[in-house]
Amino acid sequence: MPRLRLFSTPAIVLRRVDHGEADRLLTLLTPTRGLVRAIAKGARRITSRKAGHIELFARAHVLLAQGRNFDVLTQAELIEPHQRLREDVLRGSLAHYFCELVEQFAPEYADSSALFDLLAEGLLWLCDVADPLLTARAFEMRLLTLEGYRPELFRCVQTGEPLPETVPAAFSPQLGGVLSRKAAEHCRDARPISAAALSLLRVLQTQQPEVWQQLRPEAALHDELERITQAYWHHILERRLRSQAMVHQVAQG
Amino acid sequence: MRLPGIGPKSASRLAYYLLRAPEAVSLELAQALQELKASTRLCSVCFNITETDPCPICSDPSRDQSVVCVVEEPLDVAAIERAKAYRGVYHVLHGVLSPINGVGPDDLKINELVARIRRAQQTSTPIREVILATNPTVEGEMTAAFLQRKLSGLSVTLTRLARGLPVGGDLEYADEITLSRALEGRQPF
Repeated sequence: MPRLRLFSTPAIVLRRVDHGEADRLLTLLTPTRGLVRAIAKGARRITSRKAGHIELFARAHVLLAQGRNFDVLTQAELIEPHQRLREDVLRGSLAHYFCELVEQFAPEYADSSALFDLLAEGLLWLCDVADPLLTARAFEMRLLTLEGYRPELFRCVQTGEPLPETVPAAFSPQLGGVLSRKAAEHCRDARPISAAALSLLRVLQTQQPEVWQQLRPEAALHDELERITQAYWHHILERRLRSQAMVHQVAQG
Repeated sequence: MRLPGIGPKSASRLAYYLLRAPEAVSLELAQALQELKASTRLCSVCFNITETDPCPICSDPSRDQSVVCVVEEPLDVAAIERAKAYRGVYHVLHGVLSPINGVGPDDLKINELVARIRRAQQTSTPIREVILATNPTVEGEMTAAFLQRKLSGLSVTLTRLARGLPVGGDLEYADEITLSRALEGRQPF
């Protein structure tokens, strides 16, 4: 995509670091240009007109000018501040986690409208939904599907046979889905998955938000889901995400 | 890049300046840099950077030891001291929670703050108020929320610095959060 001298776009602030005397260096996710790195000059000054519009996780309409090393943010107008993410440690930590996950897949200067829409929706869920940990699992399921890593949860990945919830099952990150415990005997990385966890993952993968948002899983089920999904992400990304440690620590209280 | 804010061009400019300047300038700078590390340490009470332990603020008998202002960085102590409006003492966290950058509660001086409050409760001058003066950014607010959770069991009053419009600011350009906080915190006039 050719780069224009000046362009206006919606953007979500994924990351920001202080730069120079009073500037901030932003990593933005935009729908049509993917990841954009932009400098917001003077944004750390208390009288800055831009500062409040480009806070972390904020969705804003920004005007960017193409720069030599970084684009320069010249204007910003806040669309959605996601206020609750500032006030709740768990929700805020999960927002960091969402942004770190999305950053792994977002291309630079290329279309990423689906990813942008998913993150925008995910951050709104985090503000509104009663169970933020369940929201995280739902967000992960959608991201996995979007990026081509949708786990197979209905058929045994070894035999292809349908896998009813009544059959003891296991999850293999390497094979990307569930398999019967019998088939799992020959699979080194397979780990047992309870019927309740499998059922919940199926709901999260296939049902609309209004369905799963009504559910209230217990802490033990949350822990099991977290272990399974983290093992899968570790296999896909080949590393642990930095924000995950904090999410885990805060969730455990 | 080894120093924040100094890119390759600035680094070259500084290097050429020192090459042209008299030798004494370089020697003085080198000595000052050496002393910077050798003669400073963290105050064992508030964790501010100091030459003496405890620092001059913690050991000043005229300061109110029952009010502790929690700040992110030592530079914030300097900024509040410049305002000459605060007579309590400080606690420096040395950062804010930033999960995406791998900064968690154990990387900050949070456990030390809890221990300090508990210690003070055993003495005749217990800490009665903790002012959460982290920046009004997402990370600062999250850190304040975490501290609120952590300190809730201790019998101290938690307060937060007021947020609103800056002096010299322009209402037209204020964001929604700043404006709503300014309205919430309005004062009789």
